Amino acid sequence: MAVFLSKESKVLVQGMTGGEGMKHTRRMLAAGTDVVGGVNPRKAGRSVDFDVPRSTDGQGGTPVTVPVFGSVREGMAATGADVTVVFVPPAFAKAAVLEAADAGIALAVVITEGIPVHDAVAFHAYAAAKGTRVIGPNCPGLISPGQSNAGIIPADITKPGRIGLVSKSGTLTYQLMYELRDIGFSTCVGIGGDPVVGTTHIDCLAAFQDDPDTDLVVLIGEIGGDAEERAAAYIRDHVTKPVVGYIAGFTAPEGKTMGHAGAIVSGSSGTAHAKKAALEAAGVPVGGTPTETARLVLARLEAERVATGG
Amino acid sequence: MDLYEHQARELFEEHGILVPRAEVTDSPKEARGIARRLGGRAVVKAQVKTGGRGKAGGVKLAADPAAAELTARQILGMDIKGHTVRKVMLAQPVDIEDEFYVSYVLDRAAGHFLAIASAEGGMDIEEVAASRPDAVARIPVDPAEGVTSAKAAEIAEAAGLPPQTVDVLVRLWEVLTREDALLVEVNPLVRTAQGRILALDGKVTLDDNARFRQERWGEKDAPHDDPLEAAAAARGLNYVKLDGEVGVIGNGAGLVMSTLDVVAGCGARPANFLDIGGGASARIMADGLSVVLSDPAVKSVLVNVFGGITACDAVAEGIVQALESVRLTKPLVVRLDGNNAVRGRAVLDDRAHPLVHQATTMDGAARRAARLATAD
Repeated sequence: MAVFLSKESKVLVQGMTGGEGMKHTRRMLAAGTDVVGGVNPRKAGRSVDFDVPRSTDGQGGTPVTVPVFGSVREGMAATGADVTVVFVPPAFAKAAVLEAADAGIALAVVITEGIPVHDAVAFHAYAAAKGTRVIGPNCPGLISPGQSNAGIIPADITKPGRIGLVSKSGTLTYQLMYELRDIGFSTCVGIGGDPVVGTTHIDCLAAFQDDPDTDLVVLIGEIGGDAEERAAAYIRDHVTKPVVGYIAGFTAPEGKTMGHAGAIVSGSSGTAHAKKAALEAAGVPVGGTPTETARLVLARLEAERVATGG
Repeated sequence: MDLYEHQARELFEEHGILVPRAEVTDSPKEARGIARRLGGRAVVKAQVKTGGRGKAGGVKLAADPAAAELTARQILGMDIKGHTVRKVMLAQPVDIEDEFYVSYVLDRAAGHFLAIASAEGGMDIEEVAASRPDAVARIPVDPAEGVTSAKAAEIAEAAGLPPQTVDVLVRLWEVLTREDALLVEVNPLVRTAQGRILALDGKVTLDDNARFRQERWGEKDAPHDDPLEAAAAARGLNYVKLDGEVGVIGNGAGLVMSTLDVVAGCGARPANFLDIGGGASARIMADGLSVVLSDPAVKSVLVNVFGGITACDAVAEGIVQALESVRLTKPLVVRLDGNNAVRGRAVLDDRAHPLVHQATTMDGAARRAARLATAD
């Protein structure tokens, strides 16, 4: 099993026929994702041929034809899709998510970077009311290695395993996946670094806690907001599985946005120190570097193995 | 992007919120003329994007035009919490009967905007909120509904504001939504002796992501205080100047932030944050490197790339390209991992520049760059 995304997931791609959409649809197909269609009202009825490599780094391979639908609703009706990945430009992202939510899709993964906050606030409220889970925006998506990949996370840096990962940062997700590549992951979720995101650390912690195939959770946070502090409180009260944390941005000065729209220390709030302290108070060891974090994970897994005689 | 007070004031005025008469200048002589136009007396206010101006001596009442010139001369050029005062605003004094606080802020946790209002304005709202939480009303705003007159009446009622503020609350919501602001704050919102409601001071933060549909923003854009930040911005690079000696370049905001921390953990200080972004081309890498190298404080540079969407060979090509145009006099430590890393490392091996060092791990690369920067 895995959380939010499995080999049964049927995936639509909104913006598949654009440059980024084409490139990443090919990568998703190569990772084994069941991409059942693209969405573009101007190209409805056509289809796109992909030459899918056997691994994401390889060249050539199996030809796959993916149909293009005029709307998410049509795509869902024709294919039974339950996931959509949104690659459309910022100006059209709000309309794309509203459309997906209107169609009643279960999961919308919004990769698009640079969406205005007012648009995100509007589509998150709408999607929540319609029962659509949104991951992102401005995120790398999520991958259940060996099963399915919805987004832009490189699929070949790790393998299936029993660690769950939730992260605000794309590249730190990759870094930790790589460091723990020999152990493997159930699902890695990049929730995005914008001020308002659909799926939170807490949502992922809850899902991993309930997932019988996840033994340990890695939580990656960064400066800005108080999502990590709230996650810490949630872990203390609700999570029995081991959690290992990492926080980026100890050296970030106050008032400067560090790359992500939400990564800013304002006044006394949002500091990496406060987040680390909150996690440690909840019994979550926090690594000083990604490498040390990976070591903490290995040590914890070893301790569990010894304790259970596994 | 934060606006200056005078820019926020302009937006309020455009949306029909009453503000005191005021003008902006960078010249003490002009300040005298402005004071005369305002009727003689004027409040001279430093225009800086930081709080605590009053305590720092950046806000003063001038009794006549000559005093206004003198006061402007004192305030211009002042340093307030690291911000140099380049302009002052002269505003007509107002007879204040009551002071209130109102703002719309983003509640990140809840994913919507929140109205914050208090009948106790004019002072530090955080202090009021901490010492007497009952004095501050916090009302969530449904994004689909927005702030209608009924909603504004609810906010005013909860905060104990007079009914005349309802119209201001509605208009302030229009400022927030129509201008794509992340924060609008009026502190204080005042009731004058004549019973008028005026925004005496305000703060507005605009959403940089909405630039594509807010054409007027170009004019509001303040120049970067730091010349290197300006140069980087001109090249579309995501760069923040810091005050250390190890230049840091990486891909992805999280990884770059993490790299800064690891460098600091090795006993050196990072000189900057530079994210070349996802799928970076050789050109972007070369541009980034030349910006970082042009910082005289930089003693060594650390390039930390985990290739996901970004291909390591493109990054390596960019470094080699930069070596053609920039004369490298400082050591460069490069760590490449992930997508096309083997090819990328080979490109750098082939170039064999004596000042370019390769490292196989992030921690090892940071240690080496830190040691090279603090060697002498």
